[in-house]
Amino acid sequence: MGLILALVVQGIQMLLVVALAPLLVGITRKVKSRLTRRRGAPLVQPYRDILRLMRKEVVLADNASWLFRVIPYMIFAATWVAAALVPTFATGLQFSWTADLIAIVALLGSARFFLALAGMDVGTSFGGIGSSRETMFASMAEPAMMLTVFSLALIAGSTQLSTVAEYMASPQVGLRVSLGMALVALVIVAITENARVPVDNPATHLELTMVHEAMVLEYSGRHLAMIELAAALKLLLYVSLIGCVFFPWGIAGSDDGLAGHLLGAALYGAKLVVAGVLLAVFETSIAKMRVFRVPNFVGVALMLALLGTLLLFVSRSL
Amino acid sequence: MDRIAFDIAHLLAGGLLLVSFMMIYQDRMFALLRVFALHAVVLSLSVAWQAYQQGAAHLYVTAAIALIFKGIVIPTALRRIVQTLGIHREVETVVGVGLTMLAGIGLSALSIVLMLRVTGMADVFTREDLAFALSVVLLGLLMMVTRRNAVSQVVGFMSLENGLILAAAGAKGMPLVVEISVAFSVLIAFIVIGVFLFRIRERFDSVDVSALDEFRGDRQ
Repeated sequence: MGLILALVVQGIQMLLVVALAPLLVGITRKVKSRLTRRRGAPLVQPYRDILRLMRKEVVLADNASWLFRVIPYMIFAATWVAAALVPTFATGLQFSWTADLIAIVALLGSARFFLALAGMDVGTSFGGIGSSRETMFASMAEPAMMLTVFSLALIAGSTQLSTVAEYMASPQVGLRVSLGMALVALVIVAITENARVPVDNPATHLELTMVHEAMVLEYSGRHLAMIELAAALKLLLYVSLIGCVFFPWGIAGSDDGLAGHLLGAALYGAKLVVAGVLLAVFETSIAKMRVFRVPNFVGVALMLALLGTLLLFVSRSL
Repeated sequence: MDRIAFDIAHLLAGGLLLVSFMMIYQDRMFALLRVFALHAVVLSLSVAWQAYQQGAAHLYVTAAIALIFKGIVIPTALRRIVQTLGIHREVETVVGVGLTMLAGIGLSALSIVLMLRVTGMADVFTREDLAFALSVVLLGLLMMVTRRNAVSQVVGFMSLENGLILAAAGAKGMPLVVEISVAFSVLIAFIVIGVFLFRIRERFDSVDVSALDEFRGDRQ
């Protein structure tokens, strides 16, 4: 009985992330529109977009290989697994022993690798540009992410997200400058990886500076739906990751009852809304960067994460 | 040993190091001056916390000096100099920002490793303050080396001196007289540098110190 219940909670978590991911995108778009004095599409528009794309016919280039057709599903699967591993409303789920931060980074890394391959598969110049830029940014963002993971692991004594979240929720974490640096680094990495405004514009495919949209330009129909859903999931993943590590208030433990879980779920929803609004405000207040300034921007994340790890070594060795 | 007291000291000293890095990263003149003012404010907070922890009243004076002179007077004066001289808003650097950052991280890692080894038996507060202070000093030197503009070299020099004050506050028993004289010598150095800036500007129409390289002392 206990096992079944645990599996049910785990299943709810997996379905919840997929169900909520387009809503987060919808909230961000809506708030952005309102901030620029437009009315904006309704909150459910991303769901409608995905359904519409699902029904549409797939148009493939003549020289597209089998890889091109398989990759959308692989990206979606990898991102979904990674997003489902991050504790959203409860820690200590059935599969939380697999929820290792390094495993999540690896899953996201392989999704990015396949997306870059897909960008180059058809052989259009836009896809190549997108892939090359994506890998350039990733070569800075991924080390920053790993260093952030290291500083979290040094503080919490584990790379397992459930343990980290429980440790962060407990009062023994204290006041640490490294955590602040890790937070800023993780936010910068999240903005870069999700192709948000200062790095890339998610709202257009008509710019020479686009990165993510350039790679998926050749996709259509259900393939594009998979990729869009995976992109939304990735945004949700980063928001839940930042939420569960840095703001773990109200997250339900493994021994909390139904009330605890419901409270955790409600608070998780509130965190998502706050994150979506904050992201929209940030994106509205900043201009897009030149592509060659992005390495400086991501370099800040790398530097902060490195500095945070260094400071941790100081305070631990005393 | 009070854990939270140490955490706050660590936070403030680490924040000072972080602001030093922000100064190295910053490539606009007015933003650089604002970050420098922030540096002084963080320094005075850190010194005030040390004063509270050590129960040393004279350190409050040091904190006040840092706040008033370095946080308000010198940045305002530098800003006025930049305005009257009409200096370029962008700061030219000798090498790229990324390389400078990497060098800075290397320097701070080096100084942390060195200081933690050397000060083995000292008090915990002193050890971590000294480690951060040496990194701040080295970063100030790095900034003086990597900037071409004389004003940002001045800022580098002043931030170096902030690191010295942090070290002095961490080491117990630094007499007040020494600190006041250091503060005033920095102020005098600032005045001298200010006069210098005007002279350089008069002579070369720019405060880019690379113009000095060609000057061999021949009279006009």
